[in-house]
Amino acid sequence: MRGTARTVAVAAMSAVALLAAGCGSGDSGGDQSSAAGGKTGGEITVRGCNPQNPLVPSNTTETCGGNVIDAIFSKLVHYNAETAKPENDLAESIDTTDNQNFTIKLKQGRKFHDGTEIKAKNFVDAWNYAAYAPNGQSSGYFMEPIEGYGDLQCTGTGDDPCAGDGKAKADKLTGLKVVDDYTFTIKTTEKVSNLPVRLGYSAFSPLPDAFFSDPKAFGDKPIGSGPYKLDAWNKEQSIVLSKFADYTGDFGGKVDKITFKIYTESDAAYNDVIASNLDITDEIPTSALIDDKYKQDLPDRNAQKETGVIQTVTFAPTKVDPNYADPKIRQAISMAIDRDTIIKQIFNNTRVPATGWVSPVVDGYKADQCGEYCTYDPTKAKALLQEAGGFKGDKITLSYNADAAHKDWTEATCNSIKQALGVDCVATGVVDFATFRTQIAERKMKGMFRTGWQMDYPSIENFLAPIFKTGASSNDGDYSNPEFDKLLTQAAASTDEAEANSLYQQAEALLAQDMPAIPMWYGKTTMGWSDKVTGVKITAFGTIDFSSVALK
Amino acid sequence: MGTYIVRRILQMIPVILGATFLIFAMVFALPGDPVAGKCGERPCSAAYRAAFIEKYNLDDPLPIQYGKYVVNLAKGDLGTTASDTPVADQLKLRVPVTGKLALMAVAFEALVGILAGVLTGIRKGGFLDNLVLVSTLVLISIPIFVIGNVAQLYLGVKFGLFPVTVTSSNPTFYELLLPALVLGSLSVAYVARLMRTNLVENLRSDYVRTAISKGLTKRRAYGLHALRNSLIPVVTFIGFDFGALLGGAVVTEGIFNIPGVGGYIFRAIRVRDGASVVGSVTFLVIVYLVVNLLVDLLYGLLDPRISHD
Amino acid sequence: MTEAAVSEAPTSTPEGGDSAPARSLASDAWRTMRSNPLFWVSSVLIVIFTLMAIFPSLFTSTNPTEAILRDARVRPNADAWFGRDIQGYDIYARCIYGARASILVGLLTTVFTTLVGGIVGVFAGYVGGWTDTILSRLGDVFFAIPLLLGAVIVLVTLPATDNYFYIVLKVVLALVVLGWPSMARLMRSSVIQVKPNDYVQAARALGASPWRVVRSHIVPNALAPMIVVATINLGAYISAEATLSYLGIGLQPPTVSWGVDISAAVVGMRTTPHMLFFPSLFLSLTVLAFIMLGDVVRDALDPKNR
Repeated sequence: MRGTARTVAVAAMSAVALLAAGCGSGDSGGDQSSAAGGKTGGEITVRGCNPQNPLVPSNTTETCGGNVIDAIFSKLVHYNAETAKPENDLAESIDTTDNQNFTIKLKQGRKFHDGTEIKAKNFVDAWNYAAYAPNGQSSGYFMEPIEGYGDLQCTGTGDDPCAGDGKAKADKLTGLKVVDDYTFTIKTTEKVSNLPVRLGYSAFSPLPDAFFSDPKAFGDKPIGSGPYKLDAWNKEQSIVLSKFADYTGDFGGKVDKITFKIYTESDAAYNDVIASNLDITDEIPTSALIDDKYKQDLPDRNAQKETGVIQTVTFAPTKVDPNYADPKIRQAISMAIDRDTIIKQIFNNTRVPATGWVSPVVDGYKADQCGEYCTYDPTKAKALLQEAGGFKGDKITLSYNADAAHKDWTEATCNSIKQALGVDCVATGVVDFATFRTQIAERKMKGMFRTGWQMDYPSIENFLAPIFKTGASSNDGDYSNPEFDKLLTQAAASTDEAEANSLYQQAEALLAQDMPAIPMWYGKTTMGWSDKVTGVKITAFGTIDFSSVALK
Repeated sequence: MGTYIVRRILQMIPVILGATFLIFAMVFALPGDPVAGKCGERPCSAAYRAAFIEKYNLDDPLPIQYGKYVVNLAKGDLGTTASDTPVADQLKLRVPVTGKLALMAVAFEALVGILAGVLTGIRKGGFLDNLVLVSTLVLISIPIFVIGNVAQLYLGVKFGLFPVTVTSSNPTFYELLLPALVLGSLSVAYVARLMRTNLVENLRSDYVRTAISKGLTKRRAYGLHALRNSLIPVVTFIGFDFGALLGGAVVTEGIFNIPGVGGYIFRAIRVRDGASVVGSVTFLVIVYLVVNLLVDLLYGLLDPRISHD
Repeated sequence: MTEAAVSEAPTSTPEGGDSAPARSLASDAWRTMRSNPLFWVSSVLIVIFTLMAIFPSLFTSTNPTEAILRDARVRPNADAWFGRDIQGYDIYARCIYGARASILVGLLTTVFTTLVGGIVGVFAGYVGGWTDTILSRLGDVFFAIPLLLGAVIVLVTLPATDNYFYIVLKVVLALVVLGWPSMARLMRSSVIQVKPNDYVQAARALGASPWRVVRSHIVPNALAPMIVVATINLGAYISAEATLSYLGIGLQPPTVSWGVDISAAVVGMRTTPHMLFFPSLFLSLTVLAFIMLGDVVRDALDPKNR
C-alpha cells in the first residue's frame, strides 16, 4: 500500500528533470509503456479506491477522490505529460509583470457537463467558496496567497472558531475581480512567482452555478469541466465516467467509458489484471514486486516511472525530544542509513535514493543538495556522532503508522543505523494513521518519525515552503531558520524563473546543515495492464494519463 | 415455548442498548483524531476540521453524543458514514453479500465437518480417522490468507475454474463459492473434531449400550441417539461461528474484493468512523441474539430432555 | 464409576503411583496415557518447545535480531539453515527465539479463556434462569466487539511498559476479554445437555451440594467439547497475537514471535515461500502437540472409559 498521501494528478516532467534524474530510471515509463495508438471508443476498467470526501475539487486532498476529480475537471492549466511545463487549458493567457497582479483570459466556448459555458465568475465563485472558512473546505488554504484571504478565516478559538465574534469578516476575496465574462484578475498579498504553475491544482477548478445551489447533491454527482463526465458513483463499489460529447479542449481521451472499480487490497486488483477482469492497476502489490515477479506475470504490460513523491524521516522538535537537537547527530544518523541496499532488498528498486529534499521530477531540482550527509558511510557517521558527544538517549526510535506498509523499511533503516552507529534503534509501530498523526500534531511523538510528501503542483517551492517554512502547515519538526524563510520570500518575489529556482536551491542547501528531516528516497509508480489496452502512460503524479489510453 | 421466545425477544432491547453504548464508548475512547486521515498525508485545515467536528457532533461529551445517537436510532436513522453516505445504505448493500457468504461457508463446514466427524468417530483410530486428523491439522496451521491467496492464484487466475474476485454488488453463488470454501476451511476442522469427540463419547454412553442391548440395530442406535446427542456442541459452535464469519471475514473479503461487513467495520475503526462502527456492530449483536435463540431452541429438538419453560 | 473416583478429576496431575488399592482417577489416567504412543510423541514435542522457550540459546548461537540485509530472502543454505527473511534475519534463529512469546501468548490465552469461559458456562448452564440470561446476553455483547476495536482499547488504555511479561499479559488480557464468550457458550451447551442425565438427578436427589454435583458430575462429563476447541484455538491465538503485533499494539521488536514472522513473510508467498514455511511449521507442530495431548488426556479422563 502506498502512503495514500496524494493531492493532484496529471504529469509534468521537464527536460531538465529528465537529465538531472540521470540514472535512467526516471524515464523508464516512456520506454516500457505500450506503443501509442490503438482505436478510439470502447470502455476500460481501472483500479480505484474509496474517496474519503464528497467529490468537490476544493475538498479533496487525498488520492482516491483526487484521481476521479482530475479526470472530470479541467483547470486553467494542464501539466503536460512529456514536457513538464504547465500548458494553458481553460486559460487563453495568464499574464503578469510583477508576480503580484495576474490577468487571466479564458478560452471561449468551453462548457461544463451541464451545458453551461465556463466563465470568469465560475472561477472567482469557486475560489471564494474554497477560501471561506465556514465552508470547511480541506484545500481552502491553497487560496492563501490571494489578497483578502485572512478576512475569510474564522478567528475564534475552541471547538467552533466560527461562532460568535470569531465569524469571518468577509466571504469574498478582495484579490479576485471579474473583468468580463472571459477575463478576471488575481492580486496576491505578496509576490508569488510560481502562481501560474499552481493553477493546475484541482483546488483551482471552476465550479458551475449548479454547485452553489446544492453543494451536497454536487458532491455525489459532480458536474465537471473535463474530458470525462461522471455518470454514476456507486458508493464503495465503482465510479463510472463517460466521454463528454461537448468537450473541445486539447486533452481529450480515446476511450468512451472509464470505470473505476473500487478495491481495498491491491493484490486483488493485480490478480484481476492477470485474469483480464481489470484493465489497468496503478499499484503493483509488494508480493509481485519481489524479484520482479510482475514482469513475468505481465510481460510488456507494465511500466514504472519516477513521481513527485519523497519519503523523509523527521526529527521531533527539540523541545519535545532534546536528544536529537545537535545537527551532527542528525547528520550521523542520516549517514548511517544504507539507502541503496534498503531500496534493493526492501523495495525491489521501486525507489530512488534521495540526494536532497526536492523531487527530481520538478523544475528547479538540483542533485546532491544533501551531499555526503545522504551517502552511506558508517565510519564517518560514527566519527560524527562521537564528535557530537555520542547519543544521549536510551535508544533511537523511528515511528511509523502500522496500517500501511512501512514496517519493513523502518525496521531495515533502524537495523542499518544500529549496525553503523552501535546505538540501539527500534522501529515503533503506531496503530493507525489517525493516532500517528495526532501524536505528531500534538507534539507528543518523540524521536524520529516517518513523513511523506506528494507534490500538489510541479514546483520546487512545493517541496520546501509547506514543509520547512517557519510555522508552515506540514512543518512537523517545528523547523525554523530565518535565513531559509528569507530566501523563500525572495524567490517568490523574483520575476526571473532561473533566479527564483536558484534562490530556492540556496534555501534547500541550508537544510543539509540543519537536517530537520532525513531525505530517504523518491517514489516511483509501477503500473500493470491487461492485454486489451494500449498506450498506458504514467504521469509525474503517479496517475494514469487518460488522454493516451486506448483499446487495442 | 411461546412465552420463552417472547421473553427472549424482549431481552434484546436492553442488550442492544447496552451494546450500542459500550461500542459507542469504546469508539469514543479510541486514541487518535477522526479528522486525521481525511486529507491525505497532510494535516487538515482548521476550517475543514471545524466543519467536520460540527457535523458529527464530535465536540459533545459522550452521554450527549450517545443520547443524540439513540434518538436517531429510534427514528430508524443509523447516521451517516464519515464519507457522507447513510450507514443504513451501506448495511443494506453489504449485509446480503456477507450473509450469503457466511451461510455458504457455514453450510460447507457443517456438511463436510459433520460427515468427516461421523466417519472418523465411528471408526476411531482407523486409517480414515488419522487421515482426517492430519488434514484438519494442515488446515488449522495454514493461515487463512495463505489458503485464500493460493486458492485464488491457482483455482482462479491460473486454471480459471473460479472467478478471481467478486465483480458485482449482488454476487452469484458461483462468485462466492471459492471465498466461502476458504472461509469455512478452518471451521471445518473445528466441526469435524468436535463431532468426532462427542460421537465417540456418546457411543460409549449407557443409553446407547442399553439401546443396543435392548435390540435396537446399531445403525438406529447410532443415528437416533448418539448422533443427535452429539450435535449439541456442534450446533453451538456453528451458531457462534456464523456470527464470527459475518463480522470477522476481513481477510477473505480483502482477497476476493467482496463488499462485506467485516472489511467495512475494520476500515471504519481505523478512520474513527463512529457511526459506521456502532451501526454495523449493533446489527451484528442483533444477529447473534437471533442466532443464539435459534440454537437454544434447537437444543430442545435435539435432546427432548432439555426444556425451555 | 464411584463418586470418590470422579471427584479427583480436576487434579489430573499424574502422580506416578499405581499401587494404591482404590485407584484414583489420576493414577488411572496416568496408566492409560502411559501406554499411548501419541502421549509420548506429544510430550516430547512439548518438552522440546518448552526448552526452546526457556533456553533458546541451547538450540542456536545466532542472534535473531542480527540483520544482514545484503542477504535478504536467500534460500536455505549451509550458512543459514532455513534461509533468511526480508530483513536478512536468520530464519532458524527466529524460529527458535519466537517460541517463547508465541507459546506464552497461545498457552496463557487458551488457559484463561477456557477458565473464564468454562466457569461462566457452567454457571449459566447449571443455574439457568436469570443467571443464564444475564451471563449469556453479556457474552453476546462481548462477542460482538471487533478484535481491532477491543484490542486497541485494552492495550492502549493499560499503562505502557518495557517489562516483557507485562506486555505479554496485556496481549493475553485483550484476547481473553474478547475470546471468553465463545467458550462460555460451548460449555453452557454441554452443561445443559449433561444436567438432565440420571446420575446428576440421582446425586441431586441424594442431597449432594450443588458445588459437589458440578465438580463431580457436570464438569467431567461436559469438558470434552471445550478441550477440543481450546486446543485448536491455541493456534488461532498465536495468529491473533501476530495481528496485534503487526498493528503495533502487541509485542514490539526486538521481541521475536512466530506470528509476527508469519505476517511479515506473507508478501513473499509467491516468490520466497521458505520465509513463510518455517515459522508456520513450528506453529503447526506446537498446535499438533497440544491437540494430540488434549486427545490423550481427554480419553484418559473420560469417566465413561471405565
